[in-house]
Amino acid sequence: MFEIEVNNKIIEAVPGETILSAVTRAGIKVPTLCYMKDLAPSGACRICVVEVDGMKTLVPSCSYPVQEGMKIHTNSKRAIRARKTVIELLLANHPDDCLYCVRNGNCRLQGLAEEYGIRERRFPSSKKKDHMLDATSPSIIRDQAKCILCGKCVRVCEEIQNVAAIDFVKRGSKTVIAPAFEQSLNVSSCINCGQCVLACPTGALREKSSLREVDEALHDKDKYVVIQHAPAVSVTLAEEFGLRPGVDINGLMVAALRQLGFKKIFDTSFSADLTIMEEASELVHRVTTGGKLPMMTSCSPGWIKYVEQFYPDFIDNLSTCKSPQQMLGAIIKSYFAEKEGIDPEKIFSVSIMPCVAKKFEAARPEMGRNNIFDIDAVLTTREVARLIKMAGIDFDSLTPETADLPFGTRSTAGKLFGGTGGVMEAAIRTAHYMITGKELKSLMVEDVRGLKGVKEAKVKIGDLEVGVAVVSGVGNASKILEEIKNGRKDLHFIEVMTCPGGCIAGGGQPLSTDQESIKARLHALYNIDHSETLRTSHKNKDVQKLYDEFLKEPLGHKSHELLHTHYIKREVLS
Amino acid sequence: MHEASVEQKMAKMPLFLDALLHENVCGGADKKGDSKLEELKSQILRRTVSRPVIYVGAATCGLSAGADKVLVAIKKYLADKALDAEVVEVGCIGLCSEEPIIDIQLPGKARVSFRKVNTNNVVQIIESTLAGNPPADMTLGQFRGLESEKWESVTFFDEHPFLKPQKRCVLANCGIIDPCNINEYLANDGYQALAKALHSMTPAEICQEVELSGLRGRGGGGFFTGKKWKFALQTSGDQKYIICNADEGDPGAFMDRAVIEGDPHRLLEGIAIASYAIGANKAYIYIRAEYPLAIRRLKEAIAQAEDYGFIGENILDSGFNLHIIIKMGAGAFVCGEETALINSIEGKRGMPRPRPPFPAISGLFGKPSVINNVETLANVPAIIQKGKDWFSAMGTAGSKGTKVFALSGKISHTGLIEVEMGTTLRQIIFEIGGGIPHGKKYKAVQIGGPSGGCIPEEKIDIEIDYETLKEVGAMMGSGGLVVMDENTCMVDVAKFFMDFIQRESCGKCIPCREGTRHMLEILESITHGRKNESKLDTLERFKGIMHLSRLADVIKDASLCGLGQTAPNPVLSTLRWFRNEYEAHIYERKCPSGVCKELLHFSILENKCVGCTACSRKCPAGAIMGAKKSPHYIVPGKCISCGACKDVCKFNAVVVE
Amino acid sequence: MKEEIRKILEKHPDSKRDSLIPLLQAVQEVYGYLPKDAVVEIGKHLNLPASKIYGVATFYNQFRFQPKGKNHVMVCRGTACHVKGSLAVLEAIEQDLKIKAGQTSRDTLFSIEVVACMGACGLAPVISVNGEFHANVDPQKISEILDIYREEKKSAMEAANA
Repeated sequence: MFEIEVNNKIIEAVPGETILSAVTRAGIKVPTLCYMKDLAPSGACRICVVEVDGMKTLVPSCSYPVQEGMKIHTNSKRAIRARKTVIELLLANHPDDCLYCVRNGNCRLQGLAEEYGIRERRFPSSKKKDHMLDATSPSIIRDQAKCILCGKCVRVCEEIQNVAAIDFVKRGSKTVIAPAFEQSLNVSSCINCGQCVLACPTGALREKSSLREVDEALHDKDKYVVIQHAPAVSVTLAEEFGLRPGVDINGLMVAALRQLGFKKIFDTSFSADLTIMEEASELVHRVTTGGKLPMMTSCSPGWIKYVEQFYPDFIDNLSTCKSPQQMLGAIIKSYFAEKEGIDPEKIFSVSIMPCVAKKFEAARPEMGRNNIFDIDAVLTTREVARLIKMAGIDFDSLTPETADLPFGTRSTAGKLFGGTGGVMEAAIRTAHYMITGKELKSLMVEDVRGLKGVKEAKVKIGDLEVGVAVVSGVGNASKILEEIKNGRKDLHFIEVMTCPGGCIAGGGQPLSTDQESIKARLHALYNIDHSETLRTSHKNKDVQKLYDEFLKEPLGHKSHELLHTHYIKREVLS
Repeated sequence: MHEASVEQKMAKMPLFLDALLHENVCGGADKKGDSKLEELKSQILRRTVSRPVIYVGAATCGLSAGADKVLVAIKKYLADKALDAEVVEVGCIGLCSEEPIIDIQLPGKARVSFRKVNTNNVVQIIESTLAGNPPADMTLGQFRGLESEKWESVTFFDEHPFLKPQKRCVLANCGIIDPCNINEYLANDGYQALAKALHSMTPAEICQEVELSGLRGRGGGGFFTGKKWKFALQTSGDQKYIICNADEGDPGAFMDRAVIEGDPHRLLEGIAIASYAIGANKAYIYIRAEYPLAIRRLKEAIAQAEDYGFIGENILDSGFNLHIIIKMGAGAFVCGEETALINSIEGKRGMPRPRPPFPAISGLFGKPSVINNVETLANVPAIIQKGKDWFSAMGTAGSKGTKVFALSGKISHTGLIEVEMGTTLRQIIFEIGGGIPHGKKYKAVQIGGPSGGCIPEEKIDIEIDYETLKEVGAMMGSGGLVVMDENTCMVDVAKFFMDFIQRESCGKCIPCREGTRHMLEILESITHGRKNESKLDTLERFKGIMHLSRLADVIKDASLCGLGQTAPNPVLSTLRWFRNEYEAHIYERKCPSGVCKELLHFSILENKCVGCTACSRKCPAGAIMGAKKSPHYIVPGKCISCGACKDVCKFNAVVVE
Repeated sequence: MKEEIRKILEKHPDSKRDSLIPLLQAVQEVYGYLPKDAVVEIGKHLNLPASKIYGVATFYNQFRFQPKGKNHVMVCRGTACHVKGSLAVLEAIEQDLKIKAGQTSRDTLFSIEVVACMGACGLAPVISVNGEFHANVDPQKISEILDIYREEKKSAMEAANA
């Protein structure tokens, strides 16, 4: 520790840290734009420049290391002038359509312009004209006119997700960010995870919205519109309404959805329980019959595409289970339709997902039968918040309601699907019961909890010792796959979530990616698990009933037809 | 005739190697028993020749002027006449405007240089010279030689105004020796400095010697070379690198190319010494792909040096190993920036990284690396061989040694020169350069490339060094000197550089990427015609001008790398010294030098026009009206100021203002 | 085509990322441009995503994704050449060939490339055609120079046809 002087105040600094880290700890705010915590600074945007006595030029605080006795001015006239000019330069090259922008009110560039009091266009506008809007992807829309080339999407895609679907192309003021050969996103190696959307400071990247289709269906008298909500949604939706992260508003959300006119509101956590019944059975089956191991989870569609295009040799390791969204979609248009006497073609099945890759998954041709898709429209958490606001629903005036039967009951195990390690924990609980006939002593599996990117454990189930790994962020998954390729043999079951932290930090979630919010969201899920009594999937009475009345048994004939799927090797430009 | 010389080129000269390995290399020549070595040197350096030798300047500049065709003609002539003569391809003596240049050396006579040789006159030159009568109007001068008889009728080359004021150290061999023959370099005391360094100096001593010599980076910033080496030497690491930056990107600079094409071993020796000094056993030469000849020369030279054991394992029995790898640049000006260059060698986009960490601590592949430019490294052998004091005796208080400059633009003698630091610009331009051609007036000299500035008449008496140039708003850069005369528009020059910079900006940081583009747009707006300009455009134009210098300040202050931090210099320096030209463009909407076409107003003088209709037929815009045999006139709204009418008029009836 | 690319790649066994630019240069040397297939093959060879390779290739002036013309005209736009009127030279070439810089003519006979500086500033303005330099050019000389290459190709093609 040594002392440095910042804005005429002495503060402590740690040798080797950056100016930004030292001043932030001391409560001094320096704006950033391209800075990404935990990644090496790129020093590109120059928004965080500060003045240091004795230095010829301003220095970027995000990358410049502190030195003992340094005298720093974070808000000197020079620094402010530079930041202001940088913002003005960006604005001169930005379309003035804030009012029509999905990020209106939630845009970093807009925020900076406001903070720095930009009230006049100092540089003549030279709006980008020749940029195409790339709306080819079922999940993500790229609007290059709004891109400020901060490079965060490129870095997330490459350094965190190890996909590298996009990169900087060309040079100087001609620079754009684009997939290989400047082709569109749908033919690129993009896995639709949407982490880039979370990283983007402007409206250059956004989800492809399905609000219009849903709205039209809701007003179509011939349509029977049902909706399901994923486990991770109820603990994040509140943030879109200004509440702090980690508040569970499940009941209010259900009430709001009912007000919106959805005929039935189902809980995807129910089908998460169903997934566990199928997946745990599959695991037991593979272990006992010498099937392909380690088995890998299949509920995260970004991960599935990742394997299909980068690691096709591992396709047989993927569980054949559809994801909970697709399982529920299939059951709604079969069992539910039959039971209620509704023509499946008239059902419009919507899901609320923390995810933009789910839009891609729902559109996969194998996800339906007889030209009827299991799921008709996928809304992200952000979109559903817009839908609720648009309908003028006031949360304060609502009273909590519960989801509809027959798919409204869920165990907390199913709910845990929303965070990294949740599928594993739920599966271990049920597998233990299936193999030994007894419940785990303590249902909590501590080793697979928390936000670490890779978690491993050896789990005792009866006489069996099962090697499990829990991975979130596909970049981490590739490391484990390489290990297995190179001969690693001690793993039996691997849970992979595409997004770092799991669905609570999915690409469709509220745009706050700081670790603290994500932690709060995860703890909200743990709290639910600790405070309720139905904590294992196999104890879910409605799931049992579904087997009794319709599916008969896990991995049975009907299950195969409705709940399982297959994967294909994909050739993409990678 | 050629077989022998090729063999000679590749044959190892054990005498040299012995001398380098075992003798006290510096004093070696004085000792007894060295007469054999001296004799060999004399033979290799052609102090005396037994048959005629014809030297052809075959560097890129010579070749583009037609030296290749001259070479063919010479060989054909010799073959036809069955004359026994040796033909040697040499590098560039530096006098590009007189290319192609050939030298002829007859047995017993001094070597004579001839200018502007072409396929039509080459035979005559050779025949007259053989007849003892070199054509006077074609000679540039003769070389001094103790062992040969001088030509009475020919002046000495070193008294030519182009060469006389020069001090050629780095360029000493360029244009004189055959760059493809390592023996010629050796005979000129080549690789002695390396032998001295390896056998009698520690790396720390070398760093110290170079630091005390005062050698500063010749590629731009002017950082002390020895200091840079020390940082890298002091950083521990299992692997270190020397990177030679030969990505000469400054338009208007070609000194690196000339050194490599004319004397590649000097560079290799410098690299080897630098590598030994910091503890690197791998060196990269990052050279532009646009220099195919230089690359070929370099490859040949490396192969020869490896063959002789100056590169490779256990160099000169010292235990020091060095491998040199050539990397071709792929065309990006920003790769002259150290960290961008590192990214480029690593196979990435050449975008600069934030510093610190500095390359000397964490550079190529994360290892300590030193990046020096060609001229810097080419200075090193002489410093080690002759000592720091020899070097620091040349130059000014802060800038020691010599500097190579590339003279181009509106100047009589274009080419490559080397002068002592502290020489005045006036001397360079008007003495060495021969002044401005066609009796035009000098206006400015642009120095330092896109990061530099333009220096006006009132400042050309400054003694050139790193500091004085900064004071007048320019910088040393790599040493391109582009001279401009009264017909050059300074706003247009500023626009040219802004256009260059904004195209070459890597696009990473916002001030440089967006800022330089806006600066260009502002300059474009003031050089654009008023036609079709709306009131709003006019307002935007004035607003832009008002913000020009503030924008320039921020770009300098906040950009990521040296390219951005110096990008506004061409505009700032022209604004400072040629403000009146800007004002004429902005307020009067006129280009005083007649360059900015859209600001030109063409009209036809009634009393001079005879109505020949030539202009109206030539006018691409149909802007000229008038009946045959009666005066024509130009419709201002239609005129696109292309100047075609002025060019075609035989009666000087078209005037422009 | 793949066979040729493989041959180039074989010359760079166990290569790493730093071989990328040399590989691209080698491919362009053979084809005159970077075919898409080659980029994909290089990606597989170096285990690099195509997006990264494309990003690198588009960064540098040297690489092109369209085939060159049979005669490749390079126009120097360095400072010395600019001061001596290279813009007019470029315009004259563009007018003569009826293509813009960076394009290839429809009959694939010519392509134009603007380069930052060829380092022959003493002889400004300079252009080069197929690597052959022409010094001190002016707009009037352009069609004369281009005609040399037009004729050469034409007679070569006629010879090939006959």
